[in-house]
Amino acid sequence: MEASILSDVVVQEEILTEALTPRQMMWMRFKRHKMAVLGLIVLFLLVLYSFGGAFIYPEAEANFTNTKLRLTSPSEDHPFGTDTVGRDIFKRTIYGGQISLLIGLSAVIVEVVVGVLIGAIAGYYGGWIDGLLMRFTEAMFNVPQLFLLLVMAKFFGGKIPTLHFLGREFSGSVIVIIVIIGITSWMYLARIVRANFMSLKEREFVLAAHTTGTSNASIIFQHILPNSIAPIVVSATLGVANAIISEAYISFLGLGVQPPTATWGNMLEGAYNYVESAPWLWIFPGSLIVLTVLSINFVGDGLRDALDPHAIVEAG
Amino acid sequence: MSRYIFRRILQAFPLLFIISLMLFLLMINTGDPLATMGGRRVTRPADRERLSRQLGLDQPYYKQYLFWLIGNEWTQTDMDGDGTPETPGVRKGVLQGDFGTSLVTRGKPVIDIIMDRLPNTLLLMIPAEVIVIALSLAVGVYSALRQYSLIDHTITGLSFIGYSMPIFFVALTSMYIFGVNFKRWGLPYLPTVGMFDPKVGKTTTQVFLHMILPIFSMTVITAAGYSRFVRSQMLEVITEDYIRTARAKGLPNRMVIAGHALKNAALPLVTIIGLDIPLLLGGAVVTESIFAWPGMGRLFIDHLSRSDTPVVMGILIMISVAVILSQLITDIIYAWLDPRIRYH
Repeated sequence: MEASILSDVVVQEEILTEALTPRQMMWMRFKRHKMAVLGLIVLFLLVLYSFGGAFIYPEAEANFTNTKLRLTSPSEDHPFGTDTVGRDIFKRTIYGGQISLLIGLSAVIVEVVVGVLIGAIAGYYGGWIDGLLMRFTEAMFNVPQLFLLLVMAKFFGGKIPTLHFLGREFSGSVIVIIVIIGITSWMYLARIVRANFMSLKEREFVLAAHTTGTSNASIIFQHILPNSIAPIVVSATLGVANAIISEAYISFLGLGVQPPTATWGNMLEGAYNYVESAPWLWIFPGSLIVLTVLSINFVGDGLRDALDPHAIVEAG
Repeated sequence: MSRYIFRRILQAFPLLFIISLMLFLLMINTGDPLATMGGRRVTRPADRERLSRQLGLDQPYYKQYLFWLIGNEWTQTDMDGDGTPETPGVRKGVLQGDFGTSLVTRGKPVIDIIMDRLPNTLLLMIPAEVIVIALSLAVGVYSALRQYSLIDHTITGLSFIGYSMPIFFVALTSMYIFGVNFKRWGLPYLPTVGMFDPKVGKTTTQVFLHMILPIFSMTVITAAGYSRFVRSQMLEVITEDYIRTARAKGLPNRMVIAGHALKNAALPLVTIIGLDIPLLLGGAVVTESIFAWPGMGRLFIDHLSRSDTPVVMGILIMISVAVILSQLITDIIYAWLDPRIRYH
């Protein structure tokens, strides 16, 4: 009898000592997802590769053309070989990685801003505003994203001058690609946010905020938005992967970021003409894209489980 | 139900109007279709003026859109440049099914250009979609029934990788392995580009051989995503009460799975397929470019790069209509398959 009480106390103590903050619990759930942790590590290494590598090799070397060394196979001097105009592919993957990752992240910022704004306004106000915004969303949904991207890439192509930023030159097409990927991919996010807002705006805490005279903007951004952050974070994470793939698709088709600025995507442009003679042209940048996308998707999967307490952890 | 369909069709018109206006305004500003008309020479200013007048490119945007939408039969245009409109228009407009004529291949109706290519794209898409559905159902169900076994883990892992793959990587890799290296190793290899070997001619065998790699690439990616979906649906369904009932009354396992579980697990797949049609069409652009397949995707790229507004608009509108229709058909099939669903 006494022993069982004692053990109860012990159990209780254990529970007490294990009380974790939501953040810690999230991290625990995330850690259980082994592939997500691995993905995070790989992503860290990829960032290190493309941003750390820049300290070793200057960008001029990555853009240096040597027509005597066209399409040479991987060697000691050029570990990944050289491309059609004799640029070193290894150094280009370093600088290309920077731009690809930058495009992925920035495009998602645009996507999240547009998607959250439209979704939040539609969901919160409802009525004709909702109807109008959702018709617009539907219209955007109806044209496959890649077609829309290509039309917009052509529309903005060459209209933005070269930019100087952090002592480096960026082809204006980088900005174009970021913006067009952002404004063609927000629709899914907007729908999620709208659905979330529609259910949350009926809750008591929103009613309470209303009765204390809180402004609509404050209710939207300070009361409801923090409560729907989980799905936004998950979908933004997966959005980074999608943005990197989208960039690769348009650059691959020749309408993306213009050389000499390298991206993993535009290094693949025209590579299909050399499938047989120079496979290193596409194997290295292509593998880096796959690795990045795969890691991001694993992290996104892990985040989904970590942020949703109801989800059953099913680590792969 | 018929009222629901009717309303959906009515709703499609304003939607298509917004889409077409948006795309038209983008397209008309994408570049100069006249730039490449003089062949290698730079188009002369006099020619340029005459051409843009004849093609109606000198008109204000709203008029160009209006002519594209409802035609210009009802008005007269100034063709000879003397300032007085004298020639009656001949275009009927999209609303009457006239997509106009191409600016690049002069005078050829857009509808003919598209119809030349559409069968080629369907030749890839339809078999790909059939294989995807069959494969993902088989793999998804198999994987779900052996949950947490080694084979399930392998399948889930592989499908995750396949799902994250960009299509060009699968395409290039498969070309490299089955086209290039098989040839090098002296194995029977697959052709990598085009629709047929010009030396042999367009025979059924040739086309079939050239279809294998593009279809393979499209299938791998889509089937990976779908089989994940089927697996999770199946896992959900097999815990339902009616499955236990079916087992309890002594139904053989095969019938429980095929007759009860699969039917219900496959149902949501209909929606996914309907929604994924635009994605598939997008993938076709990349696939067709890599494999030099003469389909709609490549047609789109070729004419977009030369700012051929009528052809590009024709393709985009047809795709939008296809997407809207496929969503409507999806809704109808879904309601038909699942009697619990009623649309109002």
